[in-house]
Parts: sequence; C-alpha cells; structure tokens
Amino acid sequence: MEWESVIGLEIHAQLATSSKIFSGASTAYGAVPNTQACAVDLGMPGVLPVLNQKAVLMAAKFGIAVEAEIARRSVFARKNYFYPDLPKGYQISQFELPVVGKGKLDVMLEDGSTKTIGITRAHLEEDAGKSLHEDFHGMTGIDLNRAGTPLLEIVSEPDIRSAKEAVAYMKKIHSMVRYLEICDGNMQEGSFRCDANVSVRPKGQKEFGTRAEIKNLNSFRFVERAINHEIERQIDLIEGGDKVVQETRLYDSDKGETRSMRSKEEANDYRYFPDPDLLPLEITEEMLESVRATMPELPDGKRQRFVSEYDLNEYDATVLTASRELADFYEATLRFSDADPKLVANWVMGEFSAALNNDAIEIADSPVNPEMLGGMLTRITDNTISGKIAKEVFEAMWAGEGAADDIIEKKGLKQITDSGAIEAMIDEIIANNPQQLEQFRAGKEKLFGFFVGQAMKASGGKANPAQVNDILKRKLKG
Amino acid sequence: MHNKTIAEISAGLKAGKFSSEELTQDLLARIDRIDGKLNSFVTVTAEQAQAAARAADERIKANKATPLTGVPIAHKDIFCTEGVKTSCGSKMLDNFIAPYNATVVERMHAAGAVMLGKTNMDEFAMGSSNETSFYGAVKNPWDLERVPGGSSGGSAAAIAARLVPGATGTDTGGSIRQPAALCGVTGLKPTYGRVSRYGMIAFASSLDQGGPFARTAEDCALLLNAMSGFDGRDSTSIDKPVPDYTATLKDSIAGLKIGLPKEYFSEGLDAGMAQAVEQAIDVYKSMGCEIKEISLPNTHLSVPAYYVVAPAECSSNLSRFDGVRYGYRCENPSDLTDLYERSRGEGFGSEVKRRIMIGTYALSAGYYDAYYLKAQQIRRLISDDFTQAFADVDVIMGPTSPTTAFKLGEKTDDPVSMYLSDIYTIAANLAGLPGMSIPAGFSNGLPVGLQLIGNYFDEGGLLAAAHQYQQQTDWHTHTPQGFA
Repeated sequence: MEWESVIGLEIHAQLATSSKIFSGASTAYGAVPNTQACAVDLGMPGVLPVLNQKAVLMAAKFGIAVEAEIARRSVFARKNYFYPDLPKGYQISQFELPVVGKGKLDVMLEDGSTKTIGITRAHLEEDAGKSLHEDFHGMTGIDLNRAGTPLLEIVSEPDIRSAKEAVAYMKKIHSMVRYLEICDGNMQEGSFRCDANVSVRPKGQKEFGTRAEIKNLNSFRFVERAINHEIERQIDLIEGGDKVVQETRLYDSDKGETRSMRSKEEANDYRYFPDPDLLPLEITEEMLESVRATMPELPDGKRQRFVSEYDLNEYDATVLTASRELADFYEATLRFSDADPKLVANWVMGEFSAALNNDAIEIADSPVNPEMLGGMLTRITDNTISGKIAKEVFEAMWAGEGAADDIIEKKGLKQITDSGAIEAMIDEIIANNPQQLEQFRAGKEKLFGFFVGQAMKASGGKANPAQVNDILKRKLKG
Repeated sequence: MHNKTIAEISAGLKAGKFSSEELTQDLLARIDRIDGKLNSFVTVTAEQAQAAARAADERIKANKATPLTGVPIAHKDIFCTEGVKTSCGSKMLDNFIAPYNATVVERMHAAGAVMLGKTNMDEFAMGSSNETSFYGAVKNPWDLERVPGGSSGGSAAAIAARLVPGATGTDTGGSIRQPAALCGVTGLKPTYGRVSRYGMIAFASSLDQGGPFARTAEDCALLLNAMSGFDGRDSTSIDKPVPDYTATLKDSIAGLKIGLPKEYFSEGLDAGMAQAVEQAIDVYKSMGCEIKEISLPNTHLSVPAYYVVAPAECSSNLSRFDGVRYGYRCENPSDLTDLYERSRGEGFGSEVKRRIMIGTYALSAGYYDAYYLKAQQIRRLISDDFTQAFADVDVIMGPTSPTTAFKLGEKTDDPVSMYLSDIYTIAANLAGLPGMSIPAGFSNGLPVGLQLIGNYFDEGGLLAAAHQYQQQTDWHTHTPQGFA
C-alpha cells in the first residue's frame, strides 16, 4: 500500500527580549545556575507577573510577517502541572485566545516548487527552568535561569507531507524570525526548537491517522531523521497489524529512534483557565502601526528584489536571502566593489560561505568583511588579478594578512597584461614543445588547453588568461 | 495609652505628648501580657518595632512625619515581610522567612507605621472562624469561647482587645468585614485593584483585596491613604489617583440614598441582628438619608459561584507549595511523586485540601464549562445586579453576617454552614466592589456589624457614611470586658 504522512510542527522560538516575559530578570544565556531568577521567576509566595511589552510587539511582528490576524484581545491562561523546574506549578501560556491567529508561509521545496503551509496560531508563553540530572549523585539539580524566558509557540496546520518539507518549513520560520530580529535562532542553546506531530494514512484517504508527538527537536537534521524514523515506525506497526497509539515520544539522537514518553491516558489534564493575575492583552491599532513601521524586508520580498535588481537567477537569490546576515553581507560587498552582482554572488555563496563553514563561524565573526571582499572583487573586474589568483588572495585575507591590494602588492600577484611579455613567453613555450604543436595543427584541438596551462605555469598564474588565449590562438594557427 | 485611636495617637505624637517608643513598648507589653488568651499574633517583632519606633520619633522631631509615622500597626500574616516569618497560617510556610516586602508593607513602612508583628489567620485565608490556622484558633475578646471570624481574625481580635490600634487584613469573600463585625471593629475592603496584591499571598487572585482594620472609620481612612494606589508590580492594580480619604469624612450625607436589599433581610438572619441593623438604619434616617428597598435577585447564587471560582483559583495558586524551593518538605522522600504528595499532604490542613480538591475538580477537562465558566457567568449576573442597584442608590446597607460570633468548634464539622457565614459579604468580592463593616450595636452581648457596600472606587463615600454614623453612635468605642 502507498502511504502518505501528515505532519504538523509546533516551533518554540525564544524571543530576543533582554528581560523575561513576566519579570525584570535577564534572559542572557549561560549564567551561573539560578543567578538570573528573581522572586517572580522563583514562584515566591505573593509575587505577580507583569507582561513584558516588547515580547508582545515581537509576537505582533511575527503575525504581520506571516499575514496572520493579530488578536486585538488575547488572553493568558494557566497550564497547570507539577514539575520541579516549573516553579509556580503552572505555566503562563495562551490557550483559547492566542495573540496571533491564522496565517501562512510559502516554502520553497527541493524541486524548486513553492508550497504554502498554513499557520494555525502563534501564542506567547513562558519557558520552564531546567532539570539537571547529572552531577548531583542521584538527585536532580534545578536551574531556574531559563524560567520565564519568553517563547513564541508557532503551530502549523497539518499541511506538511514529508520530513524534507518539515525541514524546509522550519528553516523558513528560522530565517523569518531572524529577519524580524525577534529570535536569535540559536538551536544549540535551545532558542529555536520544535515538536513534531506525525501520522500516516493510506494515500487517498481523507481522515487523519492517529498521531504521535515527538518532543524537543533542536536541529534541522534531527527533525528530518526523527520524522522519517517515526513515519517508518508507524507504517511498520500498521502493516504488522498493530495500531498507532496516541502518545508523546522522545527522539534519541544517539540511537536515531523515538521512544514513548507517555500515552494519552497518562497525559496531564492541564486545567487551563484564564490567569486572574493578568488582564486580557489588548493590542491597539497604534501599536500595530508602530510594529508595521519597523518591519524589515522579508525573505520573499528580498529574493524577488535580488532577481530584478541584480539580475540574479532564482537559485542564487534564494540562497543569498536564506539568512538576513548573508543577504546583508552580499549587498554590503556589492556597495564596496565595482564587480558585477553575479560575480559577487558567486564569491559570497562560494568561497566565502565555504570558509565560514570550514571554520564553523558566523558571519559576524568572519575575518573578511564586505569592504575587504568587495575590494578584492574590484581587482578581478579591473584585471589586476585573475579569478584563480583571487582565491589565493582570499585565503590570505581570511588568514588575516590584510586587505587585497596589500596582499597583491606584497606577494607580487599582479596580473601580467603586457602583451609583449606574454607573447615572448608563449613563443618560448611553442618552441619547447614542437611535438604538441604538430599534433595540434594535425587537428588535436584538445591540446590548446595544454598550451594555456604551460603559459599560466610559466607566469606563475599571473598572465591575463584572456590575453593568453588570444595570443595562443593566433600563434598556434601558424 | 492603648485605648487611643490612630487619629489620637497621630495628634499626640505630633504634639509631643508621648513618644512612639513609649507607646510601642506599652503595646508590646500588653500583647505579651494578654495575647496568650487570644492567640491573635503569630509573630511579635518586638526588636524591630522598637527600632522602628525610635526612627519614627526622630522623623517626627525632624518634622518629616506623615499621619502614620510612629503609629503601631500589625500585618496579617498573609503579607510578605522581609526577614520576618510569613506563615499564612500554615504549617506549609511555618519555616518561611519572606525575602521581600509586600507593597502594602512597604507603603506602611514608608509612611512610618511601626509594625508590632504578624497576626493570626485562617490557613491561606480559607475560613470564616480563624479555626483553620496551623497556630490554633484565635479567640473572640467579647467571649473567649467564641470565634473572632475569619480569615483575618487575628487582626480583628487584636484591635478589639486594644493590642494595636490598626492592622491590615485581606478580604476574598468577607475576610475583613466578617471578623470586623464579629469583633466589633471597623474594617474596609476596597475596590478590587485599589490596593496592590503584590506580596500578598494569593488565595483567589480575582477576589483577594487587602484593606485596613481599625476602631473607627477615620482611622481606616488614614490607613487606606497609605495603603492604596497603583503598583506597577500588580497588573490588576488600577492606575487611578488616590484621594485623601480623610478630607471627605465630613461631607454631608443628607440626602444620601441608601438601598436595603430585601435578600439580605430574609430567613437565616438572626433576630437580634436584624433589630440592631434596623436601628442603625434609623440613625441614618435621622441624618437625612433616604432609605429604599432594593433587590439583588442573584444573591442566592453568590455562595455557590464563589465556592467554584475561589477554590479553582486557589487550586492553581497553591501549586507552588510543592516542597521544592521553600516551605515544608516531608522527611526522606522516596521519589518526586512521594515528595509532592507527602509535602502537600502533611503541610496543608484539611480545609485547604478540601478547597484544592474542589477547585481541581471544577477546572478539570469536561467539567470546566459546567462549573468554572458557569460560575463566571453568574459573577457577571451578580455584578449586573449591583450596577442596576447603584443606578438608584448611593450605598447599599445590610447586616455583615447572618449571625453574631459563633462558638469555637460549632461549625467546624459542617463546611457548608461555615461557608454561609459569608452569604452577605461574598457578592461584593464577586463584583469587585468596596465594602465596610462598622460596629452597630449588640445582640446578646455580642457585636453586630453593619455592612456598607459602595460603588466602584467610592471608598470615600463609604468612609464618610461610616464616620458620620460613628459621630452619632458610640458602638465603636465599646471595649470587651477585661480588655479595657
């Protein structure tokens, strides 16, 4: 039988506010345990929450970006359950009336087609603390630094049909929240993570199958692997005559499999009710106007502009606009150079991105800035260096040896464009290789490359390739 | 000295007739001598009080005093007091030293009031008799075999016994007004949002409101002046200027329209009570007030609605007492579930557990609509009753409580009859309205309270009506035998 999988994602994006959603404590990552938890975060008797207005504006910004309805009035609710890293015994979240309603997002798939994924809702909530099970000799340590960190939970419709689509959607949301500067997107620190709801059904069937929820996936790779594993597990179950049980499963990244956490029967009854400590959240038209005024250009708009303004193809434009940092780097490099936009694009997507990957660093930490890269690309355009030599210059810049012009000067990498000198060099090469000359003239035209190679070698790569070509063509004909 | 009202103390301190230190020592000694009979204090902060009194005397000398500077007061043990045990009347918090001050505590402190200690209360403010306290029942100074009312019974009893001239309380369903009535003192529950709830240990967040106790309306006005006002740390606190409540005490009440809800004078009301209340109404008539019978048709729904909303909120509010970060923790827990079950099972008393269970049930999936949502709808109906009534009248009056102080143990086995002690007070909490109870005579030698309910933010109107009644009557000056 042919199976179809149905997937919905719940993405938790940590909002980039400097203080927590209901208290003034800092949200900075990595502090000594429990040093960033005030009386409110500790759930001390008598404390009360006060909503961080910045988190609200960030949620609204996201809502506008995914063309969603922003609720003029939304309600915070308490989700009640006991856990040691949940200090109040309830999490303040939104239940019936979320701040962001139905929206949508276009996602580009691998085959180049575009698919629209529906967004059911996005709501504000506070994060819990962390339970640390190691290093406490059979006991559990509790770190409440993270407790009260603002989260935007973005819930998709079950519109996703494969693990790859899920990753594409998640990447797009990741790019979006970073464009909006509402989340740093740091997945290792848990600032961006997701739960996946997965079910399968025979192809053509309308009803959904029973779903399992996979918790806490914190990398794109894990999302893909966990979903694929879960799809296979469910198909195997059904084909073996068993049934899928509605349950929560945890992905074990070491084993590459999911395992059961709790079944529906064991699930908590969260006893949601409106939090009486917080008034309904009202968003006025003025607030929305102020948010709209700060909206940056979004990935899709930027991609279209790159195509029309810089004459890039769709693929290049998509890659360059996948992250705001990369797009900004590209445009800054363009400003600093006289080079053709396509050449700049090739370098930013090619050598530059590869070097970042190699060193596993972010653009912000790159040793080569747009001015340096732009300066070097100008030297390609004005024929001071060839593209091949440029790679050597780039490596030197990356290694911290200075700007392109200095490196070219210091290392004597300037291209040879004196046609007299090139001609003399080529005459010598032809004279030294009579056999190849004879074969070439007999029709073995492939040997043209051999002569080019010899010429470049003789010039230490510095001869202007176009001139070498022209002169060789003329001389070889005889 | 212990018979002085706050207004008299304030004037005496200013005139240099006595010092705050003398007064404080006098009252501390009196508490030491007498409170064994009453059990109205959980903690007496003698050293801090003396230091605060000396600082207040300096401030008075430097002419930087407010009307409360140097005035001894007590805080209900529900308000967090930095460095001082804040038990909320529970074993759960018997070891809890609050790390911060409640806004009310901070404001009273800033005004220069001298805290003598923390008063006893029903556990987590759940009770109408002060018998659910982990520290034992408080006795009513008018009859030591009777309850002082609850949950702020310690504050009311301490004032009635002249141990302290003023105190704070909290009122979720009548916890200021009912003990004020049963102890023959004056108490005010402000409009919801008037007094900050920050640092006031939550029972039912949408109903809880802090307020003052004293012997007179004038003293309550002085205390309310200091306690009230917007607090950025409480999202439900209302950003509205605070008038000087003492400035309007003498505003004429001639022509004041008083509504008497017929539902508050029906069966269940003790005959002696009814008589005292009627006499009080006659006093108002003689002052030129218009009396009008009104109806609050949904009154009978207030107790059932309250006993869904309040337990529902408390079941969630009390989840934080889990034995993990502070408070009581059971011995040698075998695992996490055991830690939770035994810490909470051993740390909470039976009334608190009963309400947590009722509330948990009411919020459960499948029951939420039938209970919590329905109760919220009733709440709206009750508010609407008041809105309609206040279109015709300025203030609503009636008995505070259906009976005078009952015997210790009389209702402990019958929660429903205990819950009905608050039948006249609960509606004001559900609607968020301000209410007062003032001494209005005696029935069989026990104090009777007259309740005044005002429109939103009309604390000034209530205090004026109460003050002028107290100019015509002397019920508020009566002192229980043995405590003069």
